[in-house]
Amino acid sequence: MRYVLKKVLSMVLTLFVVSLCVFFAFSLIPGDPVTRMFGTEATPELIAQYRAKMGLNDPILVRYFRWFIAFLQGDMGTSYDYKIPVAGMLAEKIPITLTLAIMSFVIMVIISIPLGIYTAKYENGIIDHVISVINQIIMAVPPFFSGILLTFFFGVILKIFMPGGFVSYTKDVQGFLKYLILPAFAIALPKAAMATKLLRGSVIDEAGKDYTRTAYSRGNTTNGVLYRHVLKNAMIPVVTFMGMALADMVAGSIVIEQVFGIPGISRILLSSINNRDYPVVEAIIMGIAIMVLVINLLVDIIYRIINPRIEVEE
Amino acid sequence: MGNVILDVTDLHIEFHDHDKPETVVEDFDLMLEEGEIVGIVGESGSGKSMSALAIAGLLKRHALTKQGRIMFDGADLLTCDRQKLRSYQGDEISMIFQEPMTSLNPVKKIGWQVEESLRIHHREIDKKERKRRAIEMMEAVGLREPERVYNMYPHELSGGMRQRVMIAAAMIGEPRILIADEPTTALDVTIQAQIVELLRKMNREKGTAIIFISHDLSLIRQLCKRVIVMQKGNIVETGDVENVFRRPQMLYTRKLIAAIPQIDLS
Amino acid sequence: MKKFLSLFKKNKATGQRNTFLLLGTILTGIILLMVIVGVFYTPYSPTKMDASAKLQGISLKHIMGTDNMGRDVFSRVLYGSRITLIIATFTILIGAGVGTVIGALAGYFGGMFGEVTMRIIDAMLAFPSILLSLVFVSLFGTGTYQVAVALGISFVPSFARIVRGEFLRCRNMDYVEVARLQGVSNIRIIFVHILPNTVGVLLSSVMIGFNNAVLAEAGLSFLGIGAQPPYASLGKMLSDAQGYLFSRPSYVISIGLVIVLMVLGFSFLGEGIKRIQ
Repeated sequence: MRYVLKKVLSMVLTLFVVSLCVFFAFSLIPGDPVTRMFGTEATPELIAQYRAKMGLNDPILVRYFRWFIAFLQGDMGTSYDYKIPVAGMLAEKIPITLTLAIMSFVIMVIISIPLGIYTAKYENGIIDHVISVINQIIMAVPPFFSGILLTFFFGVILKIFMPGGFVSYTKDVQGFLKYLILPAFAIALPKAAMATKLLRGSVIDEAGKDYTRTAYSRGNTTNGVLYRHVLKNAMIPVVTFMGMALADMVAGSIVIEQVFGIPGISRILLSSINNRDYPVVEAIIMGIAIMVLVINLLVDIIYRIINPRIEVEE
Repeated sequence: MGNVILDVTDLHIEFHDHDKPETVVEDFDLMLEEGEIVGIVGESGSGKSMSALAIAGLLKRHALTKQGRIMFDGADLLTCDRQKLRSYQGDEISMIFQEPMTSLNPVKKIGWQVEESLRIHHREIDKKERKRRAIEMMEAVGLREPERVYNMYPHELSGGMRQRVMIAAAMIGEPRILIADEPTTALDVTIQAQIVELLRKMNREKGTAIIFISHDLSLIRQLCKRVIVMQKGNIVETGDVENVFRRPQMLYTRKLIAAIPQIDLS
Repeated sequence: MKKFLSLFKKNKATGQRNTFLLLGTILTGIILLMVIVGVFYTPYSPTKMDASAKLQGISLKHIMGTDNMGRDVFSRVLYGSRITLIIATFTILIGAGVGTVIGALAGYFGGMFGEVTMRIIDAMLAFPSILLSLVFVSLFGTGTYQVAVALGISFVPSFARIVRGEFLRCRNMDYVEVARLQGVSNIRIIFVHILPNTVGVLLSSVMIGFNNAVLAEAGLSFLGIGAQPPYASLGKMLSDAQGYLFSRPSYVISIGLVIVLMVLGFSFLGEGIKRIQ
């Protein structure tokens, strides 16, 4: 319990530092937000009036705390371009991106754990060699290209997938999930390849340790040693990797959403980067940062559960 | 003469992981009587651990050949099928190792590891009874507060305590043979004496025969009646410990005796 | 040279050939050769449009076909690979350069400075690198140089971490102690005494970094952030080509394969170098 508390505290601290960095970075960019908002219509009076109204004349630290507290309360500012609250713009999009990331994660786990165990168990067998070659190749294919290849295969050749046929979860949950399967695979494949390779190595490493000999001496079968003794030890580095992979998948969805025409946060993020709509960019970055930190916290907790030695190591 | 429970004859072990095959054990013979403690002594590389692993059925299956016979309970442990071998392992024949630090699974609770043989071989014993026996056994090997240790992890225990846990786990099935491969080498001297005393107690109370392997003749002398001296894979001398000690036939044995640090009592 | 060639022969002790090194060298060699040749000669001008030759398939005249504006895809790929490689090189130069200095200082001096630096580095590492580069791009603006700098900065943490580890390992070794006793300055110990000993590890991380940089650059330019038209890098070309997947699949797939081969070459090379040590 004390461990969890410590981790939560450190997460809050990191979030604070991140928010500080984000806020200052975007405040230092040359260009006045009010001028940016009104473009050519801006008159000196209008600018002065809005600067006062938005509190832009206050010291930067005051503005930071006002922004941070508002952010925590769900007020993420107003888009320069659309003049509507950012929170409203993102509310519908975040579930899409999050679903995609979670589906990718599940696919990665489902593929890599059995495959990693199998290739370790039959080390240097034919299937092990075949899979290690496939893994090397998959790791070199960027997700956006594997997305295109998957579209080609399932859309052009098999004709069972309609690119651009996205349905929102508000209308048809099943259709929504169905459409996300291919994109999720595109994101998951390279991570699954890495996780398989990592788990295989980890299982082989652990299987050579002394405690497996002890386990055999008690009459365990090979599978008994593998599943009751080796696997939990072997999962320790894999859990860390998978946590990082999940964070990567949230970010990786940005690219894949473009490939498959999914209206998640990607489109808004890219257009606001290109148009320098900073409140939106800030909000999305902070949002993803919070997700990443929460994922890290969960990984730390899971890590603590499977690895009792952690207290000694710290 | 008592009842012979283990009869090893002409054991040969050869490694094949290099270009030339390498013989690590040659013409190894051992007869073990019920309730007896036999010592095997020799330098590292003398083949004593390999012989022990062969008896425990723990030699890796690839890259080596084994010949000879290891008769136990009417079966040849070298040639019988794996299922038969497994039915003995941990139940009739147990083993403890040199490194108590690494021989326990770091992510499993002590209690779970102590109970494991029961869980594998005696499915009829329920969880509650298993735990009761584990705690009883842990108490018998001198672990204080066994209820608490039951829920601890290996890294929370000292080396001596871990070796006690290993012994408890090995003894819980009340095996007929316990193979102890340098069980005290990694421990400091006071703990060594305690572990040796514990093994003697187990032998006396449970009637378990022990094969005690060490490079330290003085430890063997404390514990065993009979000793086998090994060098480079061969048995060079065998017989009553006191006889070997007083009238060593081989130069090698003399060297081993000379290597024992002398304590000047005068 | 002889020693270099012997790396490709079967290792006498283990009887194994370093296949990764061999394949990596061949693949990377081919791509580098193509890019270098592409500087002096391309079959067609990469920017010359030809309305009468739009979206042609693979033929002897156009070995990768033509794009939607009738430009020769192969010539554009040669050009695009060059841009991708140049950006990747800058990325690695910045990432490895700055990362090495930070990692070396943090590892060598340790203490409060090292601790704080590593906290920041770890926090940055926790964030997906594409997100990190997007943040920097949105700060610097889009364009070839901006992307190179943005990617470079986002590669700093991983290099800093690796180099710091090496310095922590080396800083108490005898030769360092001896140098210190002889009154050699800290800066000189760091760069003249310790740094050369980390080259092995650094080299294989540079190769792996290269392969990540190519992927990251392709990803960013796929998103339309990066080198601007008419000179597109491979990722941008791929995203342009994506719209013609149904009408002319060979157009998309040939560009994608070039990216894959490039990444594969670097990753094999990285793996191969790792196995030498």
